[in-house]
Amino acid sequence: MDQFAVKVFVRLRPSVLDPAGEATKSASIKLGAEGIKSLRIGKMIEVKIEGNGENEVREKIDLLCDRLFANTVIEDYEYSLEKL
Amino acid sequence: MDNFTVGVVVFPGSNCDRDVSWALEGCLDIRTKYLWHESSDLSDVDAIVLPGGFSYGDYLRCGAIARFSPLINALDEFVKSGKRVLGICNGFQILTESGFLPGALVANKNLNFICDDVELDIVSSKGGWFNKVDQKKTIKLPIAHGEGRYHCDSDTLKKLVDNELIALRYKNNPNGSSFDIAGITNEKGNVLGLMPHPERACDEIIGGTDGLFTLKSLILK
Repeated sequence: MDQFAVKVFVRLRPSVLDPAGEATKSASIKLGAEGIKSLRIGKMIEVKIEGNGENEVREKIDLLCDRLFANTVIEDYEYSLEKL
Repeated sequence: MDNFTVGVVVFPGSNCDRDVSWALEGCLDIRTKYLWHESSDLSDVDAIVLPGGFSYGDYLRCGAIARFSPLINALDEFVKSGKRVLGICNGFQILTESGFLPGALVANKNLNFICDDVELDIVSSKGGWFNKVDQKKTIKLPIAHGEGRYHCDSDTLKKLVDNELIALRYKNNPNGSSFDIAGITNEKGNVLGLMPHPERACDEIIGGTDGLFTLKSLILK
């Protein structure tokens, strides 16, 4: 069995308004940061998982992302995978 | 109808389950039974309410964890059999997360938790959930949510409109919902999800009775 460290990024789809991102952008500007064109907030999920090779692990992670980690009506996801 | 029983689902974090039960039993004389989310035996209930609250602490997304409970797994067959399911607030979020209703509910546009009475237009009475017979087209119900902004893509919205699946629209959109949507049904009409709380409007003493009709319609066949 191989063990992998997976980092999953879940983001609101570009078409979905992100009010928390807008509020944070507004605070960033108040802090004095200049030049911020866009600020959107997502989630990062870290998973340690084992399986027989990368392909099997990717299948498991795809299922988790599609069915649980992200709601694909409103969110997109991507992930990176590192063999430990 | 003597033995008609409405199952009120209790998740860890549900907090409107007793209100729903009180409204059904105390105001409408309809028998209720609490259903723990671990249960998958729905054989002795005739309709189901998924009440409001914060199931599983709203972790990950509202309703996202509840979707995997044994009870929600058993709900598919229950819905297919034509029995009625009402999802209120967090219950509506669970119904969209689990795919019984299209779209999703996301954070209110103004990021506030909104607790208020709202005016609602009855758009469709599909499934008989709302009273359009006596020309009453507007009702007032309380809302209490932080994540009640209904969102769907334009194709889904077209389907909702074309098939008369939009049950309620806000007169003054409080949360930024697409097309002012406050409640929708499935195509068959036996599943209704809505953000407003009909169970909190069942007695004049607490400010109105516009929620009675919807709760009473649980006993429709």
